[in-house]
Amino acid sequence: MIAPPTSSTPPIPPVAHPTPSPQRAVPPVAAVGTPAVSIRDLTVAYRDKPVLWDVELEIPAGSLTAIIGPNGAGKSTLIKAALGLVPVAAGTIEFFGKAYDRQRRIVGYVPQRSSVDWEFPTDALDVVTMGTYGKLGWLKRPGRAERDLAARCLEQVGMAAFARRQISQLSGGQQQRVFLARALAQDAELYFMDEPFAGVDATTERAIVELLRELRARGKTVVCVHHDLESAPDYFDRLVLLNVRVIADGSFPETFTPENLARTYGGRMHLLAQRFDGAGAPS
Amino acid sequence: MSSATAILLTAVGVASACALLGSFLILRRMAMMSDAISHAILPGLVVGYFLANGPNLLAGFLGAAAAAALTVTLVEALRRTRLVDGGAAIGIVFPAMFALGTVAVTRFFADVHLDTDAILFGNIEFVNFDRLIVGDRDLGPRSLWVMGALGVINLGFVAIFYKELKLTTFDPGLAATLGFSPVLLHYALMLVLSVTSVGAFTAVGAVLVIALVIVPAATAYLLTDRLALMIGLSVAVGAVSAVAGYQAAVALDASIAGSIVSATGVCFALALLLSPSHGLVAKAWRAGRNRTRFAAEMLLVHLVNHEGTAAYETERRVGHLREELRWTAATTDGAVSAATRRGWVVRAGDRLALTEPGRHVAQEALAR
Repeated sequence: MIAPPTSSTPPIPPVAHPTPSPQRAVPPVAAVGTPAVSIRDLTVAYRDKPVLWDVELEIPAGSLTAIIGPNGAGKSTLIKAALGLVPVAAGTIEFFGKAYDRQRRIVGYVPQRSSVDWEFPTDALDVVTMGTYGKLGWLKRPGRAERDLAARCLEQVGMAAFARRQISQLSGGQQQRVFLARALAQDAELYFMDEPFAGVDATTERAIVELLRELRARGKTVVCVHHDLESAPDYFDRLVLLNVRVIADGSFPETFTPENLARTYGGRMHLLAQRFDGAGAPS
Repeated sequence: MSSATAILLTAVGVASACALLGSFLILRRMAMMSDAISHAILPGLVVGYFLANGPNLLAGFLGAAAAAALTVTLVEALRRTRLVDGGAAIGIVFPAMFALGTVAVTRFFADVHLDTDAILFGNIEFVNFDRLIVGDRDLGPRSLWVMGALGVINLGFVAIFYKELKLTTFDPGLAATLGFSPVLLHYALMLVLSVTSVGAFTAVGAVLVIALVIVPAATAYLLTDRLALMIGLSVAVGAVSAVAGYQAAVALDASIAGSIVSATGVCFALALLLSPSHGLVAKAWRAGRNRTRFAAEMLLVHLVNHEGTAAYETERRVGHLREELRWTAATTDGAVSAATRRGWVVRAGDRLALTEPGRHVAQEALAR
């Protein structure tokens, strides 16, 4: 039987749901039990240097997954390859059982904050409105409905007061929240986020965590490149340890073992071990 | 139409059409690309004329567009080898194309009006002699029609694809995931730019096209934080420069193209100095104000720290500030007068006393 993954549980009525219409804008995306992300035999290489080697990954719908690994492990590349932003040498990627080209509208993307020029002449509200462009398609202009939706998304990340602020005048954390609000405005089922916690203040970190939990409560799936091992078990349900290859993939705490971390981080593990002794070692 | 009106209108048309595209080139960090294209179209123009057996406008446009596409592709290809960086790639491709064009001109068109002077500096002075004649009706100067059409094309392009241009310029990654191909829009922008360059080329020459594309937009960038307004202001700066430059050229009996471009330079210099938001004068003024305010805050914190101690009577003397804080007389006077003016301290002779608001400001400064 074909049914949307969220049909078994009644949707949780959110306070500030950004969907413009009461009906879900997205049609049933997949059969029950179909993973949100399914990656098979993915290899990405720059010339003949592999960045990702034969990656196999299944991410269940409705989960919060952290991708963790050392610098150069291919974490961002994994997301970019999944979204078709870097060429793939081999492999298949499916979202809810279908190719990305057919699922574009239900996949949201939060790039690294440093990937854009924040001196661009525009304000926070306008950046968030860009999240609605995908559903608008070519040529159609954003109107009242799109700007209202963008304003509600800004409110949801605690940035309503900064809607008309020039984006270069926002702090790093505020800029990150603008990016998250933009992803909310995409109203996706599945979100890829590239280091949303990188270099943000405590307020923003709390806001992001709250947002992740709310997205999960609404049945959304989030895949997040993360850099902090200490906070990972608190913020996420599932862990992918990546270092060119997938070292471990599954729920905390079964994947979060010193052996797996040692295999992921290699020679630098002694440093990590010290940090773990202080922060309560994983089982 | 008099010759002066024809020249003036053509100049305004060229400047506006060019300025419309400048904002996106600046924001994409591709300013030099317009220089590359305006030079590199020359061989295309020559080949087009050669094939059409004379200076045929359409053949010129097609040849120029092909040459521009070749240039953009070659620059991208060179950059992708990672053996030369982006700026060097442009610097290698466009002089080669331009040189090829000048060789072709001198070889094939030694007797045609497409001479090297016109290529370098344009010939807007003679705009009224080249008429657009359909049937036996004289519709006016040909360049005016060409630039008018290009202005309309560019305005249409920017207006219709505003959303797409903005998104691919600000965040190409997101644009790609949302289904707006940044590569497609890049080539579309380059195509429109190359067609505009052909028109501008005949008016102001290859060397000065970049100024009309980039300088008005760079000026507007200093004046506003809104993209739509930036585009509008660029066009205004371009048009004003065209008019002012023409008047100056007439008054000085000098090159029209050179005067127009100089006028854009003057606009930029004025904006750089006087822009209320980003100008150097406003920035210096704000920096000075912040310095004074911070000095006043240091003074308050100093007073708060010593308030109630045995040394307070010494510490709060203005003369003591100079000795202890090692401030110059000017800094001390500035800080004391700023703090008194704001009502943070009251001064009795040589002694300073904190007021309640002053104490509050000091606490806030300490908590920062």
